[in-house]
Amino acid sequence: MSEKELGKKLDRCLADSAVKLGAGLGLGIVFSVVFFKRHTWPVAFGLGMGLGMAYTNCQNDLRAPYLIQRNIKVSNATKY
Amino acid sequence: MLRVCLKGANSAARKCLCGNGVPLHPLQQCRSYTSGGSGSSAGKIVAASVLTVGGGVGGTILYANWDPKFRANVEKSIPYSDQVFGLALGPAAPPPVINKPRKVEPVQISSMSEMWKDSKQPKAKEVEKKAEQPDAEGPPAPAPQETLEEASAQVAQILSAIGEVPSVPAPGTHEAEAVPPPAALKGVPAAAAKCTECEHEPAVKERPEGEVAARLAEQDKAEQDLLTSLSSNLEDALGSTAKVTLQAIGAQEAALQAIAQHTRQLREAMEAEAPPDKKSTQWRVLEDALSERSRSVDEAGAAVLKAKAELDKLRGVIDGAKHLKIAAARPSILAAEENLHSMVVDLDSVVTRVQTAQSEAKIVSQYSELVNEAKAQFQKELNSITPEIQANWKGLTGKLTQDDLNSLIAHAHRRIDQMNRELAEQRVREQIHIDSALEQQKLEDKKALEVAVSTALEHNREQMRLEQEKKVEETREVMEAEMRTQLRRQAAAHTDHLRDVLKVQEQELRSEAEEILNSSLMEKETEYRRLTQDQLDSFTLDMNAAYARLKGMEEAIDSHVIAEEEARKAHQLWLSVEALNYTLKTAALNDPTEPLEGAVQAIKESCAEDEFAQALATALPSESLSRGVYSEASLRARFYAIRQLARRVALIDETRNSLYQYFLSYLQAMLLFEKAQEAPPAKLSAEDLDTFKLLSYAAYSLEHGDLELAAKLVNQLKGESRRVAQDWLKEARLTLETKQVVSLLSAYANAVGLGTTMAP
Repeated sequence: MSEKELGKKLDRCLADSAVKLGAGLGLGIVFSVVFFKRHTWPVAFGLGMGLGMAYTNCQNDLRAPYLIQRNIKVSNATKY
Repeated sequence: MLRVCLKGANSAARKCLCGNGVPLHPLQQCRSYTSGGSGSSAGKIVAASVLTVGGGVGGTILYANWDPKFRANVEKSIPYSDQVFGLALGPAAPPPVINKPRKVEPVQISSMSEMWKDSKQPKAKEVEKKAEQPDAEGPPAPAPQETLEEASAQVAQILSAIGEVPSVPAPGTHEAEAVPPPAALKGVPAAAAKCTECEHEPAVKERPEGEVAARLAEQDKAEQDLLTSLSSNLEDALGSTAKVTLQAIGAQEAALQAIAQHTRQLREAMEAEAPPDKKSTQWRVLEDALSERSRSVDEAGAAVLKAKAELDKLRGVIDGAKHLKIAAARPSILAAEENLHSMVVDLDSVVTRVQTAQSEAKIVSQYSELVNEAKAQFQKELNSITPEIQANWKGLTGKLTQDDLNSLIAHAHRRIDQMNRELAEQRVREQIHIDSALEQQKLEDKKALEVAVSTALEHNREQMRLEQEKKVEETREVMEAEMRTQLRRQAAAHTDHLRDVLKVQEQELRSEAEEILNSSLMEKETEYRRLTQDQLDSFTLDMNAAYARLKGMEEAIDSHVIAEEEARKAHQLWLSVEALNYTLKTAALNDPTEPLEGAVQAIKESCAEDEFAQALATALPSESLSRGVYSEASLRARFYAIRQLARRVALIDETRNSLYQYFLSYLQAMLLFEKAQEAPPAKLSAEDLDTFKLLSYAAYSLEHGDLELAAKLVNQLKGESRRVAQDWLKEARLTLETKQVVSLLSAYANAVGLGTTMAP
């Protein structure tokens, strides 16, 4: 069902963003604790990176049908 | 110009409206002609537009004032502009009238041609009248000839180019044609003349040639008679005149002789001194001679009068002959005139001779009278002196005394003195008398000379006239001969031409007759063929009809069998289609129907021969056969979910598909309210291709059971909304297809069934 596809995508998005955020958070905390003397900014950085990656992934996922793919051959028909 | 201004105003207006603002309907085409530029104040815009409009109108009016065509164009295209122009400029000038150049006809040439026609007509008329009156030719002939001469003098070159240069016929030629040449020659020119006549006056009928010839012969005879009578008249007159003239001349000669004799005798008598008795005889003879002379002079005078009368008569006859104007008489007329002239001349000469003789005689007689008078006087004197002396005084010498002798001698001396004196006087008087007589004589001589000169002039004139007439006659003869040869040539040419024309006519008539014959033959043949064909056709028709009826009966019987077979089959088909319909109804909500394969198989079996049904059965989509189709109700239910989703992703398409756009699209779906159901218009315009509108239209049509329209409308979605609705659309298509085929099949089955039940 084509109408369910969007829902699926969004679900994936959410899941992915949750994962990415969590991973970012975790890595941020780790880095903050380990390398950056418990500053907040690595956490924020990690979160931001996670969010950004999740955003981009979601966007790409949503865009996927509109991308022109290179494995599809375009017939060399008309040349102007 | 106004449109450009309007456009400018529009663009200015739009600039305000669709400039910076967020386009709420991105899928709509926002028509903004200009991009950028801040919105200027309304007042400036208004002022600018007013200025532009005013400038345009003023310019139009000025140009219209200068160019009337432009004004007319504007008045035509823009209503009420003519009133504006009328107010500003005044009424328009009327268009200029084009005069067609009049054709100036060449008056001269047409009049010339008319004149030619006129001249031809009188000629033809002359030829026509020829048979009737030779006299009437005279007056009409000179009149057109005069005009012809004038015309030829004026327009000689044009006329020569035209070709038909008429020769001025002499008046004599018409009469020459009247002179009898051979009758054949006569007939041909008459016929030719008649033909030309027909051209000009078709109302006049052509007279038969025999009649013409008869008329001409009559005319000739009449002329001949006239000629003979005339010549006889002339001859008679001439003869009589000659006789009389000779008589007169003879009488004159006799008179002359008498006068001469008398004069001679008188002179003799005067001069010769004969003895008395001889004297008396001499005197008697003289008296006889005198009487003779007077008598002969009278006779001569009478004869001259008679001759003159005869000459006048002859002249009258000649003039009459001239009036008749017959050419053949001309030479005789001329001869007669010559004779007359010579006679007149002779008569005149004789008369003059007689007159001179008479004058001489008068002189001599006067002389004799004078002598006689002198003698008488002397005798009287002598008698007075010597009364007793007798006449014969020579015998008196013895009887006379001395005294008588002395007195006689004295008387004689006296007389001699007197005579001498008288002689001297007489000599002087003589001189005077001679002078006066000379003068008189001169006068008389002059008179006589004048008379002689005038008569000589008259005679000369007459002579010359006669010569001229002779010459004219000669030339006329020559010309007549020429004319005759030309006419002969023309007649020959005419006969040739007639021959050719007759030949051609014969050919034509022959071909015509053949054509007519052929055509009538063909007509008869075709008629015959048609009749036979009709017969055949009717027979064939009857045979065919009988055969057809036979065939019809056989077919009817066969068709009965077939019809029953068909009925059975139709029934079967119908049953199977009903089964298929029933399977369609087994769709539960949200579940498809059962696969239609079985029912379709049954249909295929039931109508193995029916191609249409077979085709329809195979036209069912394979998915409906294998999986079954969704019902309309399920599709309707599903649509609402689709709708919700489509609304949410309305903004997403190939260009806008970032996550932010998704967020915006969701926002739009939340904020935008449209009618739940809206009746779709008959024609979709560009504005109706908005997602929300389409969805409301589709909802409306679905609610009203029109799945097809809903599917069409959903098909118009674009972008992500379309992708979302794709599956639904596919299902809807399947359902629609199946339904269509099934309905077709059932309709077909019904029709077939109806058809079979209708067969007798």
